[in-house]
Amino acid sequence: MSDQNVVAKKSFFPPDRSLYTPLNVVCGVILLVGLLLTVMRFTGGLAAVTNLDDNYPWGLWIGFDLMAGVALAAGGYTTSAACYIFGMKRFHSAVRPAILTGFLGYALVVLSLNYDVGRPWRLPYPFIVQRGTTSLLFEVAACVALYLTVLFLEYCPAALEWLGLRKLRNALVKVTMVLTIFGVVLSTLHQSSLGALFLIAPSKLHPLWYSTYIPVYFFISSIIAGLSMVIFEGTLSHKYLHEKMDETYIAEHDGLVIGFAKGASFVMAGYVIIKVIGIAVDNQWHLLATPYGLWYLVELLGFVALPCYLYAVGARDKNLKLIQWTSVIAVLGIILNRLNVCLIAFNWYLPWEKKYIPHWGEVGLTVFMLTIGVLIFKFISTKQPIFYEHPDYKGHH
Amino acid sequence: MSVSRRRFLTWMGGASLGTAVGQKAYAASNKAFTGYPDSMGVLHDTTLCVGCRRCEEACNKVNDLPAPDVPFKDESVLNQERRTTAEAYTVVNKYADASQPAGVTFRKLQCNHCKEPACASACFVKAFKKTPEGAVVYDASVCVGCRYCMVACPFNIPAYEYEKVLDPKVMKCTMCYPRIKEGKLPGCVEACPVEALTFGKREDLIKIARERIFKYPEKYVDHIYGEYEMGGTNWLYITSTPFAQIGMREDLGTTSAPELTAGALGAVPIVVGLWPVLLTGIWAMTKRKEKISAVEKQQAVNEAVAKAEAEAGEKMAKAMEKAKKDQEAAVKKEVKKALEAAEKAKEEGADEKEEDV
Amino acid sequence: MEGIFYTLQDFMTHTKGVTYIIMVLALISITAFWRFLSDRDDD
Repeated sequence: MSDQNVVAKKSFFPPDRSLYTPLNVVCGVILLVGLLLTVMRFTGGLAAVTNLDDNYPWGLWIGFDLMAGVALAAGGYTTSAACYIFGMKRFHSAVRPAILTGFLGYALVVLSLNYDVGRPWRLPYPFIVQRGTTSLLFEVAACVALYLTVLFLEYCPAALEWLGLRKLRNALVKVTMVLTIFGVVLSTLHQSSLGALFLIAPSKLHPLWYSTYIPVYFFISSIIAGLSMVIFEGTLSHKYLHEKMDETYIAEHDGLVIGFAKGASFVMAGYVIIKVIGIAVDNQWHLLATPYGLWYLVELLGFVALPCYLYAVGARDKNLKLIQWTSVIAVLGIILNRLNVCLIAFNWYLPWEKKYIPHWGEVGLTVFMLTIGVLIFKFISTKQPIFYEHPDYKGHH
Repeated sequence: MSVSRRRFLTWMGGASLGTAVGQKAYAASNKAFTGYPDSMGVLHDTTLCVGCRRCEEACNKVNDLPAPDVPFKDESVLNQERRTTAEAYTVVNKYADASQPAGVTFRKLQCNHCKEPACASACFVKAFKKTPEGAVVYDASVCVGCRYCMVACPFNIPAYEYEKVLDPKVMKCTMCYPRIKEGKLPGCVEACPVEALTFGKREDLIKIARERIFKYPEKYVDHIYGEYEMGGTNWLYITSTPFAQIGMREDLGTTSAPELTAGALGAVPIVVGLWPVLLTGIWAMTKRKEKISAVEKQQAVNEAVAKAEAEAGEKMAKAMEKAKKDQEAAVKKEVKKALEAAEKAKEEGADEKEEDV
Repeated sequence: MEGIFYTLQDFMTHTKGVTYIIMVLALISITAFWRFLSDRDDD
């Protein structure tokens, strides 16, 4: 690390704390590796840092960063919809952390895409040069671009309160409802369309995962992902950002966890039902007894039905610890589902030696993105009114 | 057509909207899309192919592709199954088939030039286009490099230049579109020494294929691959070895790519149209409920206050009354006490008097 | 060729293009219409 870096970094940390804590060192190493990979990607092409080939044009950056990333950033729309549209005002203190996570999540998804596509400077082409309106990817791109804007506007009040720009902040707060409804519309569309991307490839995706219902599966599972991520993140924030939380947040937190667990559990029950219906409609029962079928059951029973039950028990017993651990299983379940659809059950007929295994560079860059996300979240939430209400705007919502 | 549509899509003005919508919708209504009439294709008869790789060589030359690792004269590469790559738009594979005189069947693969191309349907910048001549062509000048076309292609044909930094392209057979425009044959067809490849109008090729199957029913599998697969392709195949044995999937179905996505695409505008109505409705109901419950709460509070006040008043009155009574009683008691005392004093005085006497 | 679609792909490119424009207009107009509908509500 150069001297300049150290000086620049020091101003972020209180002087009495050492810069060389284990956590900081790990983060520093990850960031350095990320920068190195960035240089490699943009000087050596995709081949230098990825294991993508002609059979697997989409790898970890699409399967995890885009597919799972977008699903896990669904907390923004689920929480704001629950609070503002469905009137669950007791969840109000959770809206800002969820919106911030959503905004950072989507911003990093878009950043990842700049690494993944061949010519990132052309990313606006589908809107300004030629519109490929028959492509579901066009719809995803349009919605993600618009929703990123919506999330930015939804996040803005926190930054504006911090900056003391009262007029602008109040103007934005006035359109909260419009933004929330737009957010839900756009999320419904692109969450489902991410699944619908695979409708065009019935011969490539394993029949257990391929279904004409796949857009619905993706949308419903994004709700599960959103609710579970809010619980999961709340747990982490409680541990590491506790001093930034005001009494309202802390007082509402337990109720929120139980409420979201109850919601997630019921949505998961519905999800299991429609997944079973999907198998029945396409008459794929016999495939359950194959190796891929067992893997499918692991996903559906182990990572959806099990957390569904555990959430239910946790919500009934008001057992916060159980709910928090269950949220980890649920989040892993969503990641597993997206990886299955995009990578594992994709090209299922190919022999094992032709299957895709991520390059260390792809894994490194994914970890780099996650780290950036966590660091920016920590930075913003320690400076701006995210976990607490700004004293000047108490009760102004 | 494409000019007015592009102008329309760039939102040049509402004036063109009326005419564009009316005219096109009428022309296209209740119409099955049968593809461009008189579009060209190639029929590949695997029973004639000898695996000489001349087509590969010609393709390489015509398209200015890099020299291969193994020279085209070397037939040892046929021993492993290959696919198209960024360096080879077409490859010939060898498959074992004991029923053949040579014990093997060769099959050439390249872009099949679908009638309804999955790559074109998937591309979000319209980089792929089905030309009236039958070729599916790619425009690298707009390509973003998302590689969704490669995911979408049911035949695993498009390849990508992963090594390139500034100008990576999707690479695939063009049916030698520039040569066709010049009236020439595609490179591979021209180079084939045994007429395993026939170039012509797709309709004619189907007739030729049918005729061959009809004439030699014991030789050919009774199926023209590509006539209906994925909505039909302009490259057609007939063979004496079952298609599944020569690496051609028989489970692709006949549904074309745009039909596969039509349902999901059709749901999009409905969500946009109705979700805001539904969500605003729910929000308005929530708001109204909140308002009513706030009013009810206020009323309840008011009532409680009034009741409490009334109760307090009553209590006060009672207390006052009691106090009054108590006071009266006390006065009476005091008076009584005083009277009694006076009487007693009187009696005592009398006694004293008696004692004094 | 003017006015005739030979492929479903071309037909959908056109019709989806029109629907996308309608969608944008719909989102704007429904918001405006809701304001018109409820701006005299006394609350």
